[in-house]
Amino acid sequence: MENIIFLSIFVFIPLLMLLGLWAAHTINQVRGVMVVGSTALLIHSIYLTFRFMAERAAGNTAEMLFHDKMEWFPSLNICYEVGVDGISVVMLLLSAVIVFTGTFASWRLKPLTKEYFLWFTLLSMGVFGFFITIDMFAMFMFYEIALIPMYLLIGVWGSGRKEYSAMKLTLMLMGGSAFLMCGIFGIYFGAGGNTMNILDIAHHTGGAHAIDFTQQCIWFPMTFIGFGVLGALFPFHTWSPDGHASAPTAVSMLHAGVLMKLGGYGCFRIAMFLLPDAANELGWIFLILTGISVVYGAFSACVQTDLKYINAYSSVSHCGLVLFAILMMNTTSCTGAVLQMLSHGLMTALFFALIGFIYGRTHTRDVRELSGLMKVMPFLAVCYVIAGLANLGLPGLSGFIAEMTIFVGSFENADTFHRVLTIAACSSIVVTAVYILRLVGKILYGTCTNEHHLKLTDATWDERFSVICLILAVAGLGLAPLWVSQVITDGVAPIINHISESAHQISNSNPFM
Amino acid sequence: MEYTLLILLLPFLSFLFLGLCGKWLSHKVAGIVGTLSLGAVAVLSYMTAFQYFTAERVNGVFATLVPYNITWLPLGNLNFDLGILLDPISVMMLIVISTVSLMVHIYSFGYMHGERGFQRYYAYLSLFTMSMLGLVVATNIFQMYLFWELVGVSSYLLIGFYYTAPAAIAASKKAFIVTRFADMFFLVGILIFGYYTGSYSFSFAPEIQYASDATHFISVDAAKAVAAGGFILPTALVLMFIGGAGKSAMFPLHIWLPDAMEGPTPVSALIHAATMVVAGVFQIARLFPMWINYAPDALSIVVWVGVLTAFYAAAVACVQSDIKRVLAFSTISQIAFMMVALGVCTEFTTGHHHVGSLGYMSSMFHLFTHAMFKALLFLGAGCIIHAVHSNEMSSMGGLRKYMPITHWTFLIACLAIAGIPPFSGFFSKDEILTACMAYSPVVGWIMTGVAAMTAFYMFRLYYGIFWGKENKELYAHHTPHEAPLTMTLPLVFLALVTLGAGFIPFGHFVSADGMSYDIHLDPTIAITSVVVAITSIALATYIYKGEKQPVAEKMRAAMPRLHRWAYKRFYMDEVYQFVTHRVIFAHISKPIAWFDRHIVDGFFDFLAWGANALGFQIRGLQNGSVQRYAFTFLVGILIVVLLLIL
Repeated sequence: MENIIFLSIFVFIPLLMLLGLWAAHTINQVRGVMVVGSTALLIHSIYLTFRFMAERAAGNTAEMLFHDKMEWFPSLNICYEVGVDGISVVMLLLSAVIVFTGTFASWRLKPLTKEYFLWFTLLSMGVFGFFITIDMFAMFMFYEIALIPMYLLIGVWGSGRKEYSAMKLTLMLMGGSAFLMCGIFGIYFGAGGNTMNILDIAHHTGGAHAIDFTQQCIWFPMTFIGFGVLGALFPFHTWSPDGHASAPTAVSMLHAGVLMKLGGYGCFRIAMFLLPDAANELGWIFLILTGISVVYGAFSACVQTDLKYINAYSSVSHCGLVLFAILMMNTTSCTGAVLQMLSHGLMTALFFALIGFIYGRTHTRDVRELSGLMKVMPFLAVCYVIAGLANLGLPGLSGFIAEMTIFVGSFENADTFHRVLTIAACSSIVVTAVYILRLVGKILYGTCTNEHHLKLTDATWDERFSVICLILAVAGLGLAPLWVSQVITDGVAPIINHISESAHQISNSNPFM
Repeated sequence: MEYTLLILLLPFLSFLFLGLCGKWLSHKVAGIVGTLSLGAVAVLSYMTAFQYFTAERVNGVFATLVPYNITWLPLGNLNFDLGILLDPISVMMLIVISTVSLMVHIYSFGYMHGERGFQRYYAYLSLFTMSMLGLVVATNIFQMYLFWELVGVSSYLLIGFYYTAPAAIAASKKAFIVTRFADMFFLVGILIFGYYTGSYSFSFAPEIQYASDATHFISVDAAKAVAAGGFILPTALVLMFIGGAGKSAMFPLHIWLPDAMEGPTPVSALIHAATMVVAGVFQIARLFPMWINYAPDALSIVVWVGVLTAFYAAAVACVQSDIKRVLAFSTISQIAFMMVALGVCTEFTTGHHHVGSLGYMSSMFHLFTHAMFKALLFLGAGCIIHAVHSNEMSSMGGLRKYMPITHWTFLIACLAIAGIPPFSGFFSKDEILTACMAYSPVVGWIMTGVAAMTAFYMFRLYYGIFWGKENKELYAHHTPHEAPLTMTLPLVFLALVTLGAGFIPFGHFVSADGMSYDIHLDPTIAITSVVVAITSIALATYIYKGEKQPVAEKMRAAMPRLHRWAYKRFYMDEVYQFVTHRVIFAHISKPIAWFDRHIVDGFFDFLAWGANALGFQIRGLQNGSVQRYAFTFLVGILIVVLLLIL
């Protein structure tokens, strides 16, 4: 019971925040509630990380720590069951950082500030809930909680073709959810219908072969695509450019920073962990798709003219790398995948925050209309360069360690098929440099040609604060990756062991092998 | 040797300090902070070198010291370590980098005086110095790659220092992207190397002494790689060489270097002449035991890429009119000399009868001497540009009267690069030519020819700047004057080094297998090269010294096409322009973006539209009319009844 409460604080805090927001009347009260709440979440996630590391150091080798459960629907064997491993710990930390900085990034948002923060908090509650539970039913529930507010947040507070984008995003993600639900029910009944618990399905009901191989081959694509839609898997990524372009700043941050990570996390934790035979058998199809995502996203980003579209396509490329890495199915590459989720979450949040701030001043995101911003808003411009450098994998910032871990891990697969894909993915680092530098050169350097832009002011204190926090996180991760990498490996290793125990080591259906 | 950590830490701290607090510092304070920290680094480097080279040799070689090595990022079975490795070449590089960097720091006081962004400039210089030092003391190939990328970024930032100038923006972008493209091959090479040998570390040294807190290397298991396939190590090494060729501006990846001259001139001296551009040479030297033992045949690739580059760059340098461009192509050509020298090695042992390993020593020697005199040339060029406010030779001429110190130091550097004794370039170039002759007379003679061209274009440059016709109109408007003391002091210092460096018994410090080696000149080759150099200089004097240059005019008129092609650098930039814009942007990126918007996205829009349209089609069934419902009901019943009966 103690553990349930300890972890559920991540859900209780947003609930309390919702109550507080409901009671708040003035804008300062709303801000107060948000700051207190998001700070509490951040502190709690940091505390959890330290406690987790202390437990591991003390020799607790259980797969999930702080594991506990409470009966929920006894007739259907559904429980509210919580537990965290290395992956969820770092994901919680990431979410807390994004929510915290997102609060400051939308400090001056108008109108309907209170309502905006209500949905924002509900969304974050869904995200936190998703990462602490290990029961598929509860995970799915929190997943849906996180998706729905997005529709309103974009539809009401967005910009541009917001109704269209909101509808498109919601429909596509809901379509994914439909696949996902089928997949989850398939896994549930395939494993005997006794439990929704991930660990039980994986270990106690007969190991990897609990689910019949033919059935696995049906449910694996469903679950993988279901989560993959959110993880921007080609060709289901098209909601991402429109959605990001229309979303308000903090929502883009939260969406690209955390919500897209739900996709990668789910693919790894549910699709691959519970259906290892099918993952080995059919993984190659998705590996090709993700390989396409990586290169395709990068090339698309080269010719975009809207700042957010560039970033959205860049996200397709980087999130593609996450799914790519988990499909490489070894400890190193999957550690890299989680590192990439962290790194991408932080740096994309940083990027979207900066784009939002620039857009808030210039009222345009068209690359062709912006120039010479370095002179006008030096702080934002310098941070933009840092974000860009992080994105193209500058050592010392987070992108580098994630990419290197992924490439080294992917290279551990010694066959030609994996090698060719790895080298193709490596090529994306060049294309990334092309679009980032083109952008930086175009909008920040040079002379400012638009006289209206000359009068604009630099960042306000709240904007500076949120940006600095994110940069510190990006640099911290990039300079001292050892402990994060160890925490993640700790969570990844059992899952990879489980997958590699599968009887179907070699894919019979892959024509390239 | 624990204090070596400070060599990396000091510039990093100064970078952080200047980068974060620069806004609140005056120019003077920022410059002093940067220069002092670099001064300390230089002192520490000299101390390191002194201590290292005076330590006792073990079995005739200097021990390899590893004062630090920590695991930075675990990568499965492999480790990404960061540490410091001291051996003869890395210690030599410490001296080169810290000396040139210190000179550039002092020089920039005068050169960048009053520039907007002075603090930022010093912050970038610190960042660059830190990265370059980290690169040369790397304990493993991945650490080298990490700092390799960092020097790339600092180079990008410094080339684009004047960020309002379109040419500088384009040049910085080009430099970064071209080298990044090469780095991709480097990365793949590292991946192959690490996978098959089980380690990234440079653990080929015979004697390694670890400090107490250093993690030991996982040693490179080359035998395992050879067992997996004989082509693996050569492939990995050649891929890494492509990365090195990108940084070291080897043909056809050289195109970024001439454009990089858009950066401030002291930066060109530091990064694009003395230090960063020799990273590729250093990389091969570092992996030399691998090359010579496991990929001796692949070394011929290095040789021929080097020969081609040396010749090409020298040819282009002969006709350029921008003094920094001439120096840039001269740098490319000289680095190619070092590459060729490494490539012509055929054996590992050093000794008086083993010319096969002479190339290694001569390459490092040339790297050392070239760094000094090329930095001197660039800094001199900086003084000239500072004086006449132009890079073009047409706005110079006759400057020897106005700028005596610059003139004399520049002349010394020109004599050194031309290979006239007793200046340093003579000694190192002579060793290279000896090594080349031993490898193949063809390579030897081509390189001698390139050396002749070097002497020619350098003196063309020299006469064009300091002799010839004065640009009276311009000088009347603004009389050229000698640069301030902060700028001339580094010139004098570097000129002294250039005078003396040739007499350093370099073979005692650096040689392929670490054994002490006495340099002794081969009289035939020495005399040939001196005669060739003097002839070229005489030719240049004849053509370019006078106020009027009838011969040059005539030559230009006789071969207009050749001149034009060479002046346009044989249209290499246009080829790249075509590939990037026409092929990649127009035929890959644009179609992909179109496909994404119209086909992929169109499909999902179509689904949504289809669902919508279907709804419209069948909504007639629910129109609320009772008669219609009754009719449908009746028809339904009839159908069911019919089905039942049948």
